[in-house]
Amino acid sequence: MKGQIPPRRHILTLLVENQVGVLARIAGLIAAKGYNIDSVSVGETMDASVSRVTLVVHGDDWVMEQVLKQLNRLIEVIKVVDLTEEEFIEREMILVRVNADPPNRAEIFRIADIFRAKVVDLTHRTYTLEATGDEDKIQALLELLRPFGIKELVRTGLIAIGRVSKTPSSKLERVAGGDGEEGAKKSPAVAT
Amino acid sequence: MKITGAEILLKSLVEEGVTTIFGHPGGVILHGTDPPGDHPIKYILCRHEQVATHAAEGYYKATGRTGTVMVSSGSGVTNCVTALTDALVDSMAIVVLTGQLPAVMGWDASQEADVVGTARGCTKHSFVVFKTEEIPRIIKEAYFIARSGRPGPVLVDLPEAVMADCVAYTGHPKSVAIRGYNPQMAGHPGQIKRAAELIAQARRPVIYGGGGIIHADASEELHELVEITQIPTTLTLMGLGALPTSHPLWLGMLGMHGLYWANRCLIDADLIVAIGSRFDDRVTGKACDFGTQCKIIHVDIDPTSIQKHVKVDVPIVGDVRCVLRELNKELRKVERNWARDFEEWHGQIEAWKKQHPLRYEQRQGVIKPQYAIDMILRLTEEYDPIIATGVGQHQVWAAQFYRGRKPRRWLSSGGLGTMGYGFPAALGAQAAFPKGLVLNIDGDGGSQVTLSELSTLVDYKLPVKTFIINNRCLGMVRQWHQRVSTHQPLPAGPMHQPDFVKLAEAYGAVGIRIERPEDVKAGIEKAINTPGPVVVDVVVEREENCLPAIPAGAAITDIVRAPAPTPDKSSQAWH
Repeated sequence: MKGQIPPRRHILTLLVENQVGVLARIAGLIAAKGYNIDSVSVGETMDASVSRVTLVVHGDDWVMEQVLKQLNRLIEVIKVVDLTEEEFIEREMILVRVNADPPNRAEIFRIADIFRAKVVDLTHRTYTLEATGDEDKIQALLELLRPFGIKELVRTGLIAIGRVSKTPSSKLERVAGGDGEEGAKKSPAVAT
Repeated sequence: MKITGAEILLKSLVEEGVTTIFGHPGGVILHGTDPPGDHPIKYILCRHEQVATHAAEGYYKATGRTGTVMVSSGSGVTNCVTALTDALVDSMAIVVLTGQLPAVMGWDASQEADVVGTARGCTKHSFVVFKTEEIPRIIKEAYFIARSGRPGPVLVDLPEAVMADCVAYTGHPKSVAIRGYNPQMAGHPGQIKRAAELIAQARRPVIYGGGGIIHADASEELHELVEITQIPTTLTLMGLGALPTSHPLWLGMLGMHGLYWANRCLIDADLIVAIGSRFDDRVTGKACDFGTQCKIIHVDIDPTSIQKHVKVDVPIVGDVRCVLRELNKELRKVERNWARDFEEWHGQIEAWKKQHPLRYEQRQGVIKPQYAIDMILRLTEEYDPIIATGVGQHQVWAAQFYRGRKPRRWLSSGGLGTMGYGFPAALGAQAAFPKGLVLNIDGDGGSQVTLSELSTLVDYKLPVKTFIINNRCLGMVRQWHQRVSTHQPLPAGPMHQPDFVKLAEAYGAVGIRIERPEDVKAGIEKAINTPGPVVVDVVVEREENCLPAIPAGAAITDIVRAPAPTPDKSSQAWH
């Protein structure tokens, strides 16, 4: 079966049990279905028993339907939302070491300034910049730095948060909003 | 009072209603397999961990009660992987308790394996118990997860130190609360109404049911649906028994080796009502060509099964039994003379049945495998037997000629197609019903994968009657090789086979050989009237093919039918 909507980037935000092996399950599941993860980032939420995973995956609507359902099927995954279906804010942080010979330093510094990047380390030959932004901004910065020679690049992977005020009735409020952990307390399965 | 983790485990298992454990002991599970004190749990020592796990599958499918397995660490667990995968695809509720090294993992110690890592791809869920106090909660959750929603295998890894530690036992939890797991039982009422409307308008509908009906214990509800609507019904390999095979609207099995008219119904239908089935490629053939000319309703408890291969018009996520009850309520309100409206459709199906009957010709000389299997099924029908099969041609023929009145009487490896499934599945079922008639219809290839279990059958006096349909080769593989390859000899055999009669005797069972068509009836009767485990070596025609067949990857319209019979006075057509 093929999807109706061509493949595009999807940002998935997951609330999961903060337990050993959960990330391996998520990564294993996506790999087993033959999908590629563009980026992943994990961190605790306000509730120490719950972690948030942000996944960036490419796929058409049919692939994404399967990915979401499969992730939901994992026992330790409490909630999954495709943020790209809603309004959201995305950020990624990078640390990039770029060649900075004396004649180029001023130019690199100017670029950093325009992109609100910080110089966090320097040697006689290199600058190390720290920058945050959405995917487009990071990409633009890297394109401008590329001609100088990028020595090393480290990315955090994308994180994203839904714009609650714009979609007050949406599931985002419950899951991705400031009190996201409220979303974690969905009605549990009960057996006696 | 403080007690060991092993004792707590045992108490928890008793609380969960476990009466039988299949397993294979070893170093680090000694605490578990040899707990002190009296207890009502019977431990069945199998000869291999894969077999113990298949036996638990057979036990589950035959009883509806979760099967339990206990094995040791390392190779003890990796041996389970095939059966766990089998249980996962066929939705078998089993819990596998595995021994683990004392406490610290990842040290490459003797008989250590990354159990939870290995199990990740082949279980519904897996646990590691880090503290003895967690045992009751985790056991409660494990059994709940295995049995609820879409059933599946759950693994619990038990480090030796956790089993040996003494803590106070505070009782078994009364309830489970897992915030990330909430299987939806009731179907969406609006969707059920839409489904009822589609059914009410259909001119040529067909029900395509699967194993989900058996797992949900929804055979009665299916029967009722068929009675109300008069819709002809076909079932998958996993669903056999959900509708009595004597029912006038029973079409037989569908799929790659399904009956011609059952597949034909799916091609010509204007509405397919899929219930507890997952549009497996063995059913749909080329999925993109499947069901494009008709509407599809799909009821399944597992959302991932819906829209996986085939686009569906009315998806209903929910427990099959709950959904069918509501659907039947809706359909009873419909004012329609169903029988009259479907007269033409029913007539068409009858015509297909006449044009392309399921047939074989038993002439003099060599036994036709279909004849042997048909006779086994006919002669045992009155005993309402539980029938296990291996995988291959004999499995297909057994499914094609199947006769059964009730669910949970048919045990076969569907999704994974695991050769060697027959012996252990029959073992598990017979352990649950020691007095019932349990048959294993197996192949000469597959039966040798798990032949060691003859020992277990003899040990525990489990009187399984095994019929080895012996064609001295891997028949199904030979059949497909014959189609695609000109190489001789084919890699599927002929193979040297042991003397199954002597082998049975060596194991302490009874061996019988049937070589001539005229001896088939007497041989089968002798086998079922002989006490204890029996192995019947049925020597059959080697080059017989399973037909009809849909070549792998082809559309169901490309069905290959059996050739027309050649006129021969000595032949005897049965169907």
